[in-house]
Amino acid sequence: MNKLVIGGTELDSRLFIGTGKYSSNNILPKVIKSSKTQVVTVALRRVDLSNEEENILNYIDKDCILLPNTSGARTAEEAVRIARLAKAAGCGNWIKIEVISDNKYLLPDNKETIKATEILAKEGFIVLPYMNPDLMDAKRMVEAGAAAVMPLGAPIGSNRGIRTKEMIKILIDEIDVPIIVDAGIGKPSDATLAMEMGADAVLVNTALATAGDPILMGEAFAQAVEAGRKAFISKVGPERAKGEASSPLTGFLR
Amino acid sequence: MSFYEKVKDFNGFNFNNFFNSITEEKIEHILVKDRVNEEDFLSLLSPKAEKYLEEMAQIAHDISINNFGRAILLYTPMYLSNYCVNKCLYCGYNVENGIRRKKLALGEVEVEAKAIYEMGYRHILILTGESRKHSPISYIKDCVKILKKYFSSIAIEIYPLEEDEYRELICSGVDSLTLYQEVYDEDTYKSVHVAGAKSNYKYRLDAPERAAKAKIHSLSIGALLGLEDWRKEAFFTGLHGKYIEKNYPDIELTLSTPRIRPHAGSFEYVREVTDKNIVQAMLAYKIFIHRAGINITTRERAEFRDNLLPLGVTKMSASVSTEVGGHSNNEKGDKQFEIDDSRNLEDIKFAIKAKGYHHIFKDWEPI
Repeated sequence: MNKLVIGGTELDSRLFIGTGKYSSNNILPKVIKSSKTQVVTVALRRVDLSNEEENILNYIDKDCILLPNTSGARTAEEAVRIARLAKAAGCGNWIKIEVISDNKYLLPDNKETIKATEILAKEGFIVLPYMNPDLMDAKRMVEAGAAAVMPLGAPIGSNRGIRTKEMIKILIDEIDVPIIVDAGIGKPSDATLAMEMGADAVLVNTALATAGDPILMGEAFAQAVEAGRKAFISKVGPERAKGEASSPLTGFLR
Repeated sequence: MSFYEKVKDFNGFNFNNFFNSITEEKIEHILVKDRVNEEDFLSLLSPKAEKYLEEMAQIAHDISINNFGRAILLYTPMYLSNYCVNKCLYCGYNVENGIRRKKLALGEVEVEAKAIYEMGYRHILILTGESRKHSPISYIKDCVKILKKYFSSIAIEIYPLEEDEYRELICSGVDSLTLYQEVYDEDTYKSVHVAGAKSNYKYRLDAPERAAKAKIHSLSIGALLGLEDWRKEAFFTGLHGKYIEKNYPDIELTLSTPRIRPHAGSFEYVREVTDKNIVQAMLAYKIFIHRAGINITTRERAEFRDNLLPLGVTKMSASVSTEVGGHSNNEKGDKQFEIDDSRNLEDIKFAIKAKGYHHIFKDWEPI
């Protein structure tokens, strides 16, 4: 299967995972393994570098790409500061920008996100902005230097699936950088749907972290993403309002 | 606009009539809704809703797992001073109580900070009795300066401040405010806060909003249950939370359900609040405000705290000493109230794990 390339890095896995909400740090390496993920996002604000046992970074496989995120940032300026701090702390140069000033629905602020994208891309970061799926804003993000865009399927933690389907389809058609569907994916079938639609990857956190068996669920998501990707490549047949007879009535006219 | 206007809207509202009008059908209807309104919230606090605690618990659990996962933030309080100018009938720090008063010198703050840091804590809550004279802003700032070296997040629980004073403390490193209204019922408030600055009901009520205007990161509010009818008090606490969420959507909100505890002094008039009542209030909060965290302090019994975990708790205090200087065993000042969960940190971590949850020491840092 053709590979996903972000910021010049080739990835085999199209499943990104988060690190919050788990019932223990110890389970994380096992989920990373079972889900075969290669990109792991972590909220820099939660990283405790001063404590070995508590430091989440120690539980992430060294072969994975670390995707620090700016969770907790309310403005572009704050996101930029967090990104710089992440780099200084040795978290590499990938950054997922999350600017959220609405704690009720946790919806991203596209305008501030665009600002932060521009500043950080210029500084050499591989910038992946989390966004509300709006075509014009996605274009602005790409113009500002985003290496991929991460539209939400539904609000964070809602497990409601790909509710912004029509908007994401438009982004997939119109945006030239990879589209990674982030937030809202509540079950493997949601991930499959996103991939069938032509998304380049998905990011899953809550659905994995809060599953009864996150390790097995990791495997399920890996398969779901792969199935969706294969379906996309092999061209899913179009949806029709009515069934289409496999033995047409007017076939004799040929 | 102030939350005070909202409280006043309920002047003359007959809560008992409302509760009597609630039917089982009404509760069942509320429990299938995605978002509940004020009236629904009050219905969930009604005696009728007690029959539906299990259903409410299932809903609250799901909301909490989706929003906060299985992480429980552990923090510990540090008592800086127990000097107080107020006469609150229910509190051990009451100016008229003949307790041993103490205020930590900055050197002692550092010793306490080190002791707490070494235990693993990264979030600290500093508390003082309410006395501007003994614990002025300048003193709090000096303490914060020392604590910044050790802790990623500093919360304050002190007398209410002016907006500019909050801004000043936020600039020096404070990111969270805990401020309990104690009682939302204005008449009862006046009858238990007999004298001192705290007797100003509205000034205290508006304090969380002043902190929000000064751009505090997180706010923790609550009523001290047991001073008034808990159902009404929990209702106003929820409305207060909703008011903050609506007007200051970037605030991280936590609701607390503190229950009055024995203390030095003589207050006898306490209304009973049962475990079941605490649970009902907590569940109603969670269903009303999905994104609000729930804090359970060591005022509650160990076993009860453990059982509350899956109902939506996001934060717990541990290793608590309510004595001034209690973490490093200096010469201590007398305590504010008795705690009930006196387990050590390792035991609490173990208990959290046993419930399928995960303790965390850090989830915030002003950057």
